[in-house]
Amino acid sequence: MFAIYKRELKAYFISPIGYLFAANFLAISGLLFSICTLQKQEASSVSTYFEYLIYAFAILLPLLTMKSLSEERKTKSEQLLMTSPVSISGIIMGKYFAALTVFTAALLFNSLNFGLLAKYGNVNGMLIVSNLICLFFIGALFLAIGMFFSSLTEDALVSAIGSIDTIFIMLAVSFLSDISIPWVKSVVDFISILSRYEPFTYGILDITSVIYYVSIAAVFLFFTVRVYERRRWA
Amino acid sequence: MIEFKNVYKDYGQNHALKGISFSVKQGEILGFLGPNGAGKSTALNILTGYLSATAGEAFVDGVSIFENPMEAKKQIGFLPEMPPLYPEMRVGEYLNFVYDLKNCKISRKQHINDICEVVKLSHVKNRLIKNLSKGYKQRVGIAQALIGNPKVLVFDEPTVGLDPKQIIEIRNLVKMLGKEHTIILSTHILPEVQQVCSRVVVINEGLIVADESIETLTEALEGTRRYIAKICGAEQDVLKLLRSLPVLRSADVIGAQDANSVSYLIESDENIDARVPLFNALAAKGYAIIGLEGVDMSLEDVFVRLVSNKEKREGGKRR
Repeated sequence: MFAIYKRELKAYFISPIGYLFAANFLAISGLLFSICTLQKQEASSVSTYFEYLIYAFAILLPLLTMKSLSEERKTKSEQLLMTSPVSISGIIMGKYFAALTVFTAALLFNSLNFGLLAKYGNVNGMLIVSNLICLFFIGALFLAIGMFFSSLTEDALVSAIGSIDTIFIMLAVSFLSDISIPWVKSVVDFISILSRYEPFTYGILDITSVIYYVSIAAVFLFFTVRVYERRRWA
Repeated sequence: MIEFKNVYKDYGQNHALKGISFSVKQGEILGFLGPNGAGKSTALNILTGYLSATAGEAFVDGVSIFENPMEAKKQIGFLPEMPPLYPEMRVGEYLNFVYDLKNCKISRKQHINDICEVVKLSHVKNRLIKNLSKGYKQRVGIAQALIGNPKVLVFDEPTVGLDPKQIIEIRNLVKMLGKEHTIILSTHILPEVQQVCSRVVVINEGLIVADESIETLTEALEGTRRYIAKICGAEQDVLKLLRSLPVLRSADVIGAQDANSVSYLIESDENIDARVPLFNALAAKGYAIIGLEGVDMSLEDVFVRLVSNKEKREGGKRR
């Protein structure tokens, strides 16, 4: 698994995809940060910035995973991986952790923004840390969705669009929580990515939400492994 | 070393393999011969663990590829039909990746250098794979199969798309590797099997139609000269004349008729040059030969020949 992780991580920076992802991530994040916090000149709007960043992730993160498995299938290089003494879950996890590393690096680099904020205003450190932790897990979930769609097709673009659509649907579910029917509201609150994010906006590190994000990511990664196993048996 | 027992593979309604069994002994170079779409790649993909079988068993050095795939895969080096390369990587970098992937225990630098030496890649180790010629890409594919020094090497059509010089080089390389490894070489090219392999398994439409020594294959290929002759004259008269010639073993109409001529497939014994007697006989009757060309046997012809030879032998034994 480590060999695949290493190769994949390197591949992100041999091709332009890693740089483009990082550049776009930082540019979009910088823009949102400027609009939501600096221009408003109030530290409390940092939560709005983080929420908008989740929507940006919905488009940016699938671009990172769209080629992960689809390209290997297209060029048949997956035959090397599948006929080597490595398990399918080892292959998937190696690639997943490589994408997660690139994302985490960009997220951490992006945190420099808060240094700027701290210099000119009052920053609630706990609020920012808990938001960053939450964003990390939401990003991990989106990458898992991206991996799943990448395993379904040879076409990277189809993989990206499929993941983006799915993520947006998962985000849009939260709009249903305004419905006044109590049981619908409780179900939506339970499954919605954004509802689960709410505690973090108050600086609360909600462990049940973290477990929720990790579990959904694990389900998508499990499905990805199943797609490969199914293809082997098909 | 390799054992395939009654292996079936269905793709939905399509039966790619219909119960094939064969074995390969240690040190053998087995030719896996069959036309495109015969099921060769499917069988090899099952053997190497890329695909699973619908039914049956496959063993590599006594280890079941279905029950203990990790252990079985360690024994196999596989070059698929399309070499599994990463174009953005350098040759050395790629081989190091495969070394890590296979979790090798042999001294890394020495092992990779040795392989590059054997497949003649040393001078391109620092080049990007995407910039290499097809022949060199194929060599890189062979090099990755050799990493970990596996007992069994499986090459799926390794010479397809190469120029004649590269084909000869790759065939010689396979022959050389055969001294230390058990090899399965899949191909649809007859001479390749004759030149490189010690035994041949012929597969057609998902079934094994022959499992013979290379001598038997050569025997089936030899012994006959075949020509296609284009002759002017009434079809029945010309055919009658051809069949009456003692130098010819057989003559049949194969069509391609135009207003004045008919094409015939004629066969003679290998040690007889029938062309001069044929010309003389036809000229004496006033039939003009307007075309005569030698033809090689097709794979299908070889299947028929091998199967009928086998039936004759088995019939003989029974008697």
